[in-house]
Amino acid sequence: MESKNLLEPMDLTVEELEELFDLAEKIMEAPEKYTEACKGKLMATLFYEPSTRTRFSFEAAMLRLGGQNIGFSEAGSSSVAKGESIADTASTVSCYADLIVMRHPKEGAPRVAANSARVPVINAGDGGHQHPTQTLTDLMTIRSLRGSLTHMTVGLCGDLKFGRTVHSLIKALSRYEGVRFVLISPEELRVPDYVRKEILDKKGLDYREVEQMDEVLPELDVLYMTRVQKERFFNEEDYIRLKDRFILDEEKMALAGEKMMVLHPLPRVNEIAVEVDKDPRALYFEQARYGMYIRMALIMTMLQGKRRG
Amino acid sequence: MLVNTIQRGIVIDHITAGRGAKIIEYLDIDTKVNTVAFIMNASSKRHGRKDIVKIENVIDIDMAVLGLIDHQATVNIIENGKIVRKINLQLPDKVMNVIRCRNPRCVTSIETNAPHIFHLIDEEAKEYRCEYCDDIVSVKGGLLDEIMH
Ligand SMILES: [Zn+2]
Repeated sequence: MESKNLLEPMDLTVEELEELFDLAEKIMEAPEKYTEACKGKLMATLFYEPSTRTRFSFEAAMLRLGGQNIGFSEAGSSSVAKGESIADTASTVSCYADLIVMRHPKEGAPRVAANSARVPVINAGDGGHQHPTQTLTDLMTIRSLRGSLTHMTVGLCGDLKFGRTVHSLIKALSRYEGVRFVLISPEELRVPDYVRKEILDKKGLDYREVEQMDEVLPELDVLYMTRVQKERFFNEEDYIRLKDRFILDEEKMALAGEKMMVLHPLPRVNEIAVEVDKDPRALYFEQARYGMYIRMALIMTMLQGKRRG
Repeated sequence: MLVNTIQRGIVIDHITAGRGAKIIEYLDIDTKVNTVAFIMNASSKRHGRKDIVKIENVIDIDMAVLGLIDHQATVNIIENGKIVRKINLQLPDKVMNVIRCRNPRCVTSIETNAPHIFHLIDEEAKEYRCEYCDDIVSVKGGLLDEIMH
């Protein structure tokens, strides 16, 4: 990998992504061959805000590669509570660990860490800013289950305004040939102007914006659902009015194609009815599994990169 | 008003009237050691009114900061009483610790030692992007004063 850190999804070229996906698939096929791939290595998970799901995924990935983890899961229990700067924490942790994984509520915090760390830094989510390993997970899942990331119609549904996951995914997919987007959201939660101007229009991508799912479901290869977060709304009324408009249930699934993949970054609230879980097209839990394997590939690659450097 | 020409040093001419003081401040010129002539509100053929700053015996100044504060200004390098070089200023590609990020969610709001770094993304709109949070600021006209350190 060109850069020693992973701070945003676009830090990786399409070629580097392909290498990671290939490695992740090899690991999935024969995980027993990789149980000592990172033996003797230590990864620090510095989580300044709790995110059990993401931390488990990283730590499980490292343990399955034969490495070990140290870290904290919320700022209150660490030296940060005593007011240590991110830069100092990153410098100190670099003395113990071979790789740093950081989650922080402030935007750009992992970059501050990377500037003073002497080991590679992975951004595990910095506020509403970037979450590159989520994007890697999304791409990996689609690629593995569909065979490729080109020539497909991707529907993105829910909160498209505030959801960075969605913006990153659109940006990442815009590098592949023949990807069409259908953006399904209420008027109030449409993608922000910069996504339209700087990605969709700038690259001349084929996209359209609709306000309901039913009519577009038959043409989708992938349906990416997102949750509508309560804290995004000024009042309860707006929230209640909007959140239920884009719920995927059995009835809607009946309109979709036989091979449409349903993805979701999880955790869900109620935007996917539980009855959909047993549908073979519901792949969001499978997605979490791919998430761990792509993190294994990433950890291995970054630790090797460091050795070369 | 007369200010003697300098033998060696720098003359920053055609400064937008009112910006001269900011320029002296940000160029970090030690006015205890260096001789500085600061002319405010001189009449100018080009702009109506302008400021002029002359600094004796200093040649190496931060052109990036100068370009950001007032890219209309011209810089003349003086040796032996003559202009040896004229520099046309440009908006710098990258600036450090000149403008501040105003995004309350940005890490620079809590990490006080982190340098504020901005990258030029649109020359015409004079837009800069924060290195950390990607927030975009415009340094057009009066907006600059608000976001300077
Ligand atoms: Zn910022």
